Amino acid sequence: MEYLLIFISAIFVNNIILAQFLGICPFLGVSQKVNTSLGMSAAVAFVMTLATIVTYLVQYYILNPLGLGYLQTIAFILVIAALVQMVEIILKKVSPALYQALGIFLPLITTNCAVLGVAILVIQKDYSLLQSVVYAFSTAIGFGLALTVFAGIREQMALVKIPRGMQGTAIVLVTAGLLSLAFMGFSGVDGGLKNLFGLN
Amino acid sequence: MNYLKIILNGITKENPTFVLMLGMCPTLATTTSAINGLSMGLATMFVLICSNIVISLIKNLTPDMVRIPVFIVVIASFVTLLQMIMQAYLPDIYASLGLFIPLIVVNCIILGRAEAFAAKNGPVESLMDGVGIGLGFTIGLTLLGICREFFGAGSIFGFTLLPETYNILLFVLPPGAFITLGFLVAIVNNLKKA
Repeated sequence: MEYLLIFISAIFVNNIILAQFLGICPFLGVSQKVNTSLGMSAAVAFVMTLATIVTYLVQYYILNPLGLGYLQTIAFILVIAALVQMVEIILKKVSPALYQALGIFLPLITTNCAVLGVAILVIQKDYSLLQSVVYAFSTAIGFGLALTVFAGIREQMALVKIPRGMQGTAIVLVTAGLLSLAFMGFSGVDGGLKNLFGLN
Repeated sequence: MNYLKIILNGITKENPTFVLMLGMCPTLATTTSAINGLSMGLATMFVLICSNIVISLIKNLTPDMVRIPVFIVVIASFVTLLQMIMQAYLPDIYASLGLFIPLIVVNCIILGRAEAFAAKNGPVESLMDGVGIGLGFTIGLTLLGICREFFGAGSIFGFTLLPETYNILLFVLPPGAFITLGFLVAIVNNLKKA
């Protein structure tokens, strides 16, 4: 039940993009078409889950025993950058089809702050390894959901006449604000579920 | 004269917040009040200036293949330094900016300027570019922070201007960040055309 709570909370209540403002760059950049945004979401889900596992192990089995906690930022970003490179090389060799689909998004993920953000958040929240994996994966699904829904809206918006000053990024930001407003409707759901499951 | 031009370029023509649209995560997340926006802008500016100088100094020593990892390590080192300084001397601000201080590492402005400017110019020009872009970012964040704090909490930099009944809570919440920035960008767009 605890994992279900993390799952629902990470997707709807504390959506990584719309409530926590992580990963805005790909959200604004790769959300013109539903297809590309699905590809991006899949790549993020894969890297985010993997990166969280690796950084979790690095934190608890390398940095903490050696008293190097202050190197967290440097260590994590290097681990993520190396991991993305490795995933790219392995995918190219093992599954060229998947590489074709995800390839162009992979280099972009290194500078996606959501990946580093989740890796640090998991440590801050004192999650166990399994909780971290569930949290990272559900956060990635939340990312994908927001990205895909937004891409759908933008596809429709391309057909509409927009006032001159609002064209481009301005209308995109206001639309994102309205979507964020819609997601605020979920706030409190996690608290309700907690009561329902008797976790309080 | 030339240096002044580089600085002005960062504030107006290549303003990271309103024109380049880079570093959107901290822009939206930390501008719940004017003071938070200002301190996030200054923190980013510190890292940007330091990393620009160091990168322009070591650009001839780094092989092209490992350029990006080297840049990231330089940036991450300055971010760690900043984290330590802020934890020691400004614990309140550090707590309110929270996660977004370590995330300066992945702020696209910093790596972007390293690639686009510092890797091609000398240390003095890079310093000026850091100051210019940093100021542009700080102005953008402070402006956004002022708007959100004024509409959301009826105050600017903590000075109350409007009674509580006129506060629109939405502006302090996440949707308000997107909507306020959207309208500010629209205003800048219109000014540019005029």
